[in-house]
Amino acid sequence: MARTVTPQRKLFFTLAAWLVALLIFFPVLWTILTSFKTEASAVASPPELFSADWTLQNYSDVWARSDYPRFFLNSVIIAVGSTLLGLLIAIPAAWSMAFVPGKKTKDLLMWMLSTKMMPSAAVLIPMYLIFQRTGLFDTRIGLVLALMLMNLPVIIWMLYTYFKEIPSEILEAARMDGASLKNEVLYILTPMAIPGIASTMLLNIILAWNEAFWTITLTTVDAAPLSAFIASFSAPQGLFYAKLSAASTMAIAPILIMGWFGQKQLVRGLTFGAVK
Amino acid sequence: MATQSSRATARLMVAPSVILLFIWMIVPLAMTIYFSFRVYRLLSPERNGWAGVKNYTWFYNSPDFWLGISNTLLLVGGVLAITIVFGVLIALLIDQPVWGQGPLRILVISPFFIMPPVAASIWENLFMHPQNGLLAAAARGLGTEPILFLEAYPMSSVIFIVAWEWLPFATLILLTALQSLSSEQLEAAEMDGASAFSRFRFITLPHLTRAITVVILIQTIFLLGIFGEIFTTTQGGPGSASTTLPYMIYKQALIAKDIGRAAAGGIIAVILANIVAFFLMRSMGKHLDA
Repeated sequence: MARTVTPQRKLFFTLAAWLVALLIFFPVLWTILTSFKTEASAVASPPELFSADWTLQNYSDVWARSDYPRFFLNSVIIAVGSTLLGLLIAIPAAWSMAFVPGKKTKDLLMWMLSTKMMPSAAVLIPMYLIFQRTGLFDTRIGLVLALMLMNLPVIIWMLYTYFKEIPSEILEAARMDGASLKNEVLYILTPMAIPGIASTMLLNIILAWNEAFWTITLTTVDAAPLSAFIASFSAPQGLFYAKLSAASTMAIAPILIMGWFGQKQLVRGLTFGAVK
Repeated sequence: MATQSSRATARLMVAPSVILLFIWMIVPLAMTIYFSFRVYRLLSPERNGWAGVKNYTWFYNSPDFWLGISNTLLLVGGVLAITIVFGVLIALLIDQPVWGQGPLRILVISPFFIMPPVAASIWENLFMHPQNGLLAAAARGLGTEPILFLEAYPMSSVIFIVAWEWLPFATLILLTALQSLSSEQLEAAEMDGASAFSRFRFITLPHLTRAITVVILIQTIFLLGIFGEIFTTTQGGPGSASTTLPYMIYKQALIAKDIGRAAAGGIIAVILANIVAFFLMRSMGKHLDA
């Protein structure tokens, strides 16, 4: 950067940016803080930022009231399963669209995206019936399939824009040097594609973890993930703020922590070709 | 460089995705179309048969129909407007020389990781609740009456909540695009005496067109089907003030248990989504020569 940055200028922008960021983050912070308060201090007026007598009682109450480990395990299996299956199907598709594009490649991509335009509520009954008849209702494999198909267009698009950035000259050079197709894929393409695949994986796990329509309507007990867990804590009417906050924190903490750690990776891939 | 055989291989590699997505789209759609012309009520199963277009005319004539459609579009438009305007502003701010850009990004991205039912219930209970919400406490502290967010301004409140969830997505895509803008161009313009506003208007904004296009496209896809936030907070009310098309369909299917009417509503929603998609693809397609 050639432009000189005065310390005052930097301080001003730093303060402004932190203020905005904290404002955006505040609802999450407030929920986490409330989860450690007693029910009385959670609704105290005026509100207490930090409670005098902070407690872990809410967590043990929520833990005792519902089978958190099972919900958690279902969330992990569904999110990771649908993501891996989706990548397995999407990688070859995105690959060939990026490296052997035809006249219709762009139309095909847009069509894939348009399948996501169908509102879930519109096809609720057919999906419900299909899942009942095929025995997929309330099974993990059923949700893995549903969420995989739901997010497939986004995965393909994201991978496609990533693969597009790999210069094909490199491949040609490798071929000139006599690299076999196997070596080409293994030693040249795969290393270059791994960051893109990783960030796609991350985004897809987040989307699948947070999906709250099919995971609630197509499950009852066995396959119910954390979205169903949190739905069972609805309508607290002020009396159970601390417990609601504890349950909320338990539902979002795993993905929040994963997201924070993977943030750099995620942001790098989250361009959808918006940057040229 | 693509040979005949590599084209064939390429088709083979795309085929599974296309076939699966086609089935995923066509089977529920065909069933919905079929149901939409049937009399199919779970509460009175003895009455069945063809309904003709009665389900559609019922939906069309129901008092909430136009409200539901305009609320659906209002939700999409409102959230897009908020996330893009504030997304650009916040991205511009974070792109400035600041201390701690990494932690800043982590704070800003966080709402994106919150699942919709949790986001909606946090806002509904911890913030917008007229007695115990933090915003009510703030209003009392300022000596004014607490605002009844979800009762008096249900659509604006829902739009606000959804915008909070999607702001990080817009901000991050715009920020990434912003960071690829060469600073030399801006400096040259500054040397030539261009004001900060005209530098933004004529250099930064054109550079962001592509990113804004992507944000509009992806968010619209997700926003057209927004359901959970309304279900958790207002249940479409008060009355039907915050009823959207997806919520109307849900009400017909699971509360009135009239599958035929719900299916007709579903087809109407699909048509609406296609109209939106058509205009979107037409106006966006040229920016997306990916």
